[in-house]
Amino acid sequence: MRRQSVSRALFELFSSMRFAISLLTIIAIASIIGTVLKQNEPYPSYVIEFGQFWFGIFEWLGLFDVYHSAWFLVILLFLVTSTALCIYRNTPGMLREMRSYREHAGESSLKAFSHQTEFAIAGEQEQRVAQLAQWLDARRYAHKRQQRSDGSILLAGKSGSLQKLGYFFAHGAIVLICIGGLMDGNVLLKLQQLSGDKHAETRDLPQSKVPSASRLGTGNLSYRGNVTIPAGSSADVVFLNTGEGYMVQELPFDLRLDRFHIEHYPTGQPKLFASDVTITDKATGKSQKTTIKVNHPLVFDGVSIYQASFGDGGSKLELAQWETLGVQTRPRMLPARSQQNFAYQAGKQQYTLEIGDFRLFNIENVDTPPGQHQSAMQDAVAVTAPKSTKNIGPSIQFKLRDQQGQAREYQNYMQPVSIDGRAYFLFGMRTSPGEPFTYLRIPADETGKIDTYMRLRAMLLDKSQASGLAETAASGTIGDKVQNAAYKTQFRQSVEWALDRFAHGGFPEIDRFLQTRVPADKREIVARTYVRLMQGIAVEAYQRVREQAGQAREDITPERFRFVIDSLVAISTSFDYGAPVLLQLTGFDEVKASGFQITRSPGKNLVYLGSLMLVLGVFAMFYIKEKRVWLLVKPHSVLFAMSANRKGSDFDREYQQNSDQLEQLLKG
Amino acid sequence: MQLTHSYAEPGLLQRLNLADGLYAILLLAVAGFAANRYGAYMDGYEKAILWGSAGGMIALGWYWKAVRLFLPITGAIALFATQVYNGNLATAGQAFWLKYLIASQPAIMWMSALFFLATGTYWLALLGRSEFAAQTATALTWSATGMGFIGMLVRWYESYLIGTDVGHIPVSNLYEVFVLFCLITALLYLYYEERYRNRQLGAFVLLVISAAVGFLLWYMLERQAHAIQPLIPALQSWWMKLHVPANFVGYGAFSLSAMLGVAYLLSTEDTSSKKPFWIAATAFVGIALLLRTAQPFANADYWSNASATIAVLMLIEANRGRLARFLPQPEMVDEIMYKSIAIGFAFFTIATILGAMWAADAWGGYWSWDPKETWALIVWLNYAAWLHMRLVKGLRGAILAWWAAIGLFVTTFAFLGVNMWLSGLHSYGTL
Repeated sequence: MRRQSVSRALFELFSSMRFAISLLTIIAIASIIGTVLKQNEPYPSYVIEFGQFWFGIFEWLGLFDVYHSAWFLVILLFLVTSTALCIYRNTPGMLREMRSYREHAGESSLKAFSHQTEFAIAGEQEQRVAQLAQWLDARRYAHKRQQRSDGSILLAGKSGSLQKLGYFFAHGAIVLICIGGLMDGNVLLKLQQLSGDKHAETRDLPQSKVPSASRLGTGNLSYRGNVTIPAGSSADVVFLNTGEGYMVQELPFDLRLDRFHIEHYPTGQPKLFASDVTITDKATGKSQKTTIKVNHPLVFDGVSIYQASFGDGGSKLELAQWETLGVQTRPRMLPARSQQNFAYQAGKQQYTLEIGDFRLFNIENVDTPPGQHQSAMQDAVAVTAPKSTKNIGPSIQFKLRDQQGQAREYQNYMQPVSIDGRAYFLFGMRTSPGEPFTYLRIPADETGKIDTYMRLRAMLLDKSQASGLAETAASGTIGDKVQNAAYKTQFRQSVEWALDRFAHGGFPEIDRFLQTRVPADKREIVARTYVRLMQGIAVEAYQRVREQAGQAREDITPERFRFVIDSLVAISTSFDYGAPVLLQLTGFDEVKASGFQITRSPGKNLVYLGSLMLVLGVFAMFYIKEKRVWLLVKPHSVLFAMSANRKGSDFDREYQQNSDQLEQLLKG
Repeated sequence: MQLTHSYAEPGLLQRLNLADGLYAILLLAVAGFAANRYGAYMDGYEKAILWGSAGGMIALGWYWKAVRLFLPITGAIALFATQVYNGNLATAGQAFWLKYLIASQPAIMWMSALFFLATGTYWLALLGRSEFAAQTATALTWSATGMGFIGMLVRWYESYLIGTDVGHIPVSNLYEVFVLFCLITALLYLYYEERYRNRQLGAFVLLVISAAVGFLLWYMLERQAHAIQPLIPALQSWWMKLHVPANFVGYGAFSLSAMLGVAYLLSTEDTSSKKPFWIAATAFVGIALLLRTAQPFANADYWSNASATIAVLMLIEANRGRLARFLPQPEMVDEIMYKSIAIGFAFFTIATILGAMWAADAWGGYWSWDPKETWALIVWLNYAAWLHMRLVKGLRGAILAWWAAIGLFVTTFAFLGVNMWLSGLHSYGTL
C-alpha cells in the first residue's frame, strides 16, 4: 500500500503543471551557463582562465560542456517524462471532453453561467427545437438533442473541439523532439565509454595506428566529426572530439578532395567556399564527382558532408635564409613544405623548424578614422562604404624550437606591406601563442627588394669595414685640415666605438654604455650626437653599398635618408628577433585543404516531424476556439447558455451576437 | 433554409468583395512579372518563396483590409524610386526624389523622424485626451511604416546596383533587421489599434519603437552600419528570407506585449504601500548618476544604465494606477497582451524551427547550442511558461503584466545582447 502511494505521489508530482514549469525555468537557467562560458575549448585554456582550483570544480560540474553533461541530460529526461505523463494523465479526460456535448448539464448549473439568458417563447415546443437545431447548424455548432424527464428538451452544441488536438500535437512534439535530439546526441557513445567498451585516444597517433578501442564502426548510429583533407588526398574516417581526447569514426565511403575554391568580393569579404570532391562508396566501389558548398551539403547514404573550414594542405615553399645579424649578402635557398617539421641548423644551434600554415590571402582591415558627425550625416545617404580592407598577400607562419624545447613563433609576409606610405617587409615574432606578433620592419629598396637592406646591414656590421667608414665619416665631418688631426683621431675612435657597440646590440647597447659613462645632465645631448653620428655613418655605408654593386653614388633625397634610418632601426631591433636567421618567403606552390564536418543524425527526421506537430499544435491551441452552447427548450421559454475554455472580448461579442440572433429568431 | 443564410457566419472567402479580388489580381500579376523576368536567377525554393509570399500577402490583405492599400502604395513608390535610379547608384546623390525622399537611406531617416513624431503625438493624445491628436498619431505611424517599407524595398534594389553578386534581401545585418523590427512592431500595433478601436496604447508601444529607432540612428551615425555589405557564404541561402522575418514577428510581438504590460500596470490600482518603491527608485537614480559622473571603475556606464533601468521599473510599480483615467479598460490591455504573446510565440516557434533547419544545411547540425540558439530557446521557454500560467493556471493581472514587461529584457538580450557580449556562429551583427 505504502509503496503504491509513493509511486502515486511521484506520478502526481511528475505530471503536475508546477513541476513542468519549474523544469522549464531550470533548463532556461542552466542553458544560460553554456552561453556565458565558452564551451568545448581545450582544457588548458580553461586552466589559464580560471586557475586550477576552479577548473577542477567546473570540470566536475560539467560546465565546459553543459549541454552534454549528465545532469543536464537528466533534466531533459525529466522534461520528457513530465510531458509524457502530462499527456498520459490528460488524454482520457480530454478525449471524453472532445466527444462529449455535456448534454447532462442541469438547468441550475446553466443558470449559474456568466453568459446565459432566457427568452420567452410561444408556440409548439418541437417546432422551436427544430428551428434552433437549424440555427445551430447555421452557426456551425455540432449538436446533440436530449429529452429531459421534466419535458424540456436540451440542445447541446459545441465547436472547435480540435483545439484539444492542438494540446496533443504540441506536447507530443516536445517528447518527439527531445527523443530525436537524444538519439543524435552522444548518449550512446557516453554509455559505451562508461561501460569501458570504448575510450578516447589522447596520444597524437597516425590515424591507422589508433587502436580499435578508440575506433567506431560504420554502424554507429549518430556522430558528428571533422576531417581536413588536402587537395589531391582522401579520407575515409573522421575524428570525433570527446573533450579529453578523440575517437576515430570510420565512414562508409572514401572522400577525395580534388580542388578547393575560394572567391572574394572586391571588398575583400569571402564570397564562396566550395570543394570539388570525388566520393567513392566502399561497398560498391562506385564513385561520383560533386561539389560541396556552404549551405549546400552532400548527403550520402544517410551521412551528411558539410563544408566547414579550409586551410593550407601542405604547400611547397621556397625560403631565402638570411643571417639576421651577419655580413652575408646573398641568401641560401631552402626548399620546404608547410605543415611539416624538420631538423634545422642555424649558426651553431640545432633547432626544429615547425612550419605551420601558408596563407595565400591576408585580408586586413585598413582602419579609417571614425567620421565626424557632419560627414557622417552626409555619408548616411550613401549605402556604399569606402573599401576598408585590403589583401596584403601571402604569408607563412612557423616555429623555431631550440634543443631545450623553447619555441618562438614567426609570421612572415612575402610582399612588402605599405605602412605610412613606405614599403616594408614584415617579420613577425612572438614568444607565446596568446600574444600579438611584434614586427621587425625591414625597408624595401627602390626596386621593392630586400637586398639593399641586407647589403647595408652587412656593411655596418662588418668589422673590417669599420675603420674605413670611420675614416670617411671623420673626413666628411671635420675636413682634412692638419690642425685638427688630433681631434680627427679622437673623432674616428668614437665612430669606431659607436659602430662596434651598435654591432653588439644596436641603439640600446650604445644607450646602455652612455648610461654608465656620461653624467646624467649631458646624457641626452651626447646620445643625440651619437645618433646623428650613426646616421652619418649609415648614409656613407649606403653610398658604399651602391659603389660595391657597381652603381654611382647618388644624392641623399629625404626618401633615401628615410630608407637608411629605417634600416638602422631594423638592424637595431633585429637583436630582439630571437632567431639567427630570417626566413624570407620567396616562392610557393599552393596546396589547399578543405575541412569537412561529417554527421550522421537519424534523429533529424523525428525532430522535424516533432517540429511540424509543434507548429500545428501551437496554432490549433491559440486559434481554434473551443465553444459550447446549450439551448434548454422548455414549454414557455428557452434558456441559452454559452461557455468557452478561453473567454475574452471575442467570446463576449459572439455571445452577444448569438443572443441577438436568438432573440430575433424566437420572437416570431 | 432561409435561416441558414441569414444566421450563418460568413467565412473569410464569402466576405470578399471586388477590391479584394483586384488586390489579389494585382499581387499575382506582380509575382508573375517577377517570376517571368527574374525566374532564370532563382532556384525552385526561391520561386516557391516568391509565390508563397504573394499568397501570404493576399491572405493578409483579405484578413486586414488596411494592407490592401498599404502594400500597393508603398510598392508603387518603391517601384518609382527604382525607375528614377535608372540603373545607376550615383543617381541617389543627384535626383531630388531620391536624395530627399525615397532612396533607401532618406526613406529610413523619414521613417525615424515620423516614428519620433508619432510617439510624441500619441502621448499628447493620451494625456490631452484628444481624439484628433490620436488620429494624427495613427496617420503618422502609418506614414512612418510606409517610409520604412519603401526604404527596405529600395535598399533591396540598391544592393543589386552595387553588384549583381552583392544583391540580397535587406534582412542580413543588425541595421537592416532593426528597421524590420520597427516595421513589424508598428504593423502589429496598428492591427490591434484598429481591431480594438483604441488609440491610447500607441503611446506605450511607440516608445519601444522609438528606442529601436534611437539605436538605429546611433548605429548608423557612429558605426556607419548602414552600408550594404555583401553576404558571407553562410548567409547565402533562401532560408534567410524565411527565418529572419519570422523571428522578427516574434521579437516585435514580444516587445509590444511588454509595453502593454507596462500600460496594464499603470492602469491598475494596487493598494499596498508604494513608499519602498519610491525610495528604491530614488536610490537607483542616485547610484546611476553617481556611477556616470564619478566613473569609479571600468564599465561603470553599463552599471549606471542597469541602475537607471531598475529605477524605471521601480517607478512603474510606485505609480500603479496613476494613468488609469487615461488608459482603456485593463481587461482589454490584458487581452491584447495575451494575443500579442500568442502570435509572437507561434511565429517564434516557426522561426526557431526554420533556423534549426537552416543550421542543419549550413553548419551541419540542427542544434549546436550556439549562444544565439540557446537564447532563442530561453526566450521560447520563458513565453511557454507565461502561456502555461495564463492558460492552464488561469493566472491574470499584475504578475503576468510584470512578467511580460520583464520578458522584454530576455528578448532584447537574445536579439541584441548575444551579439554584443557572447561569441558564436551568428556573426552577422557584432557591434
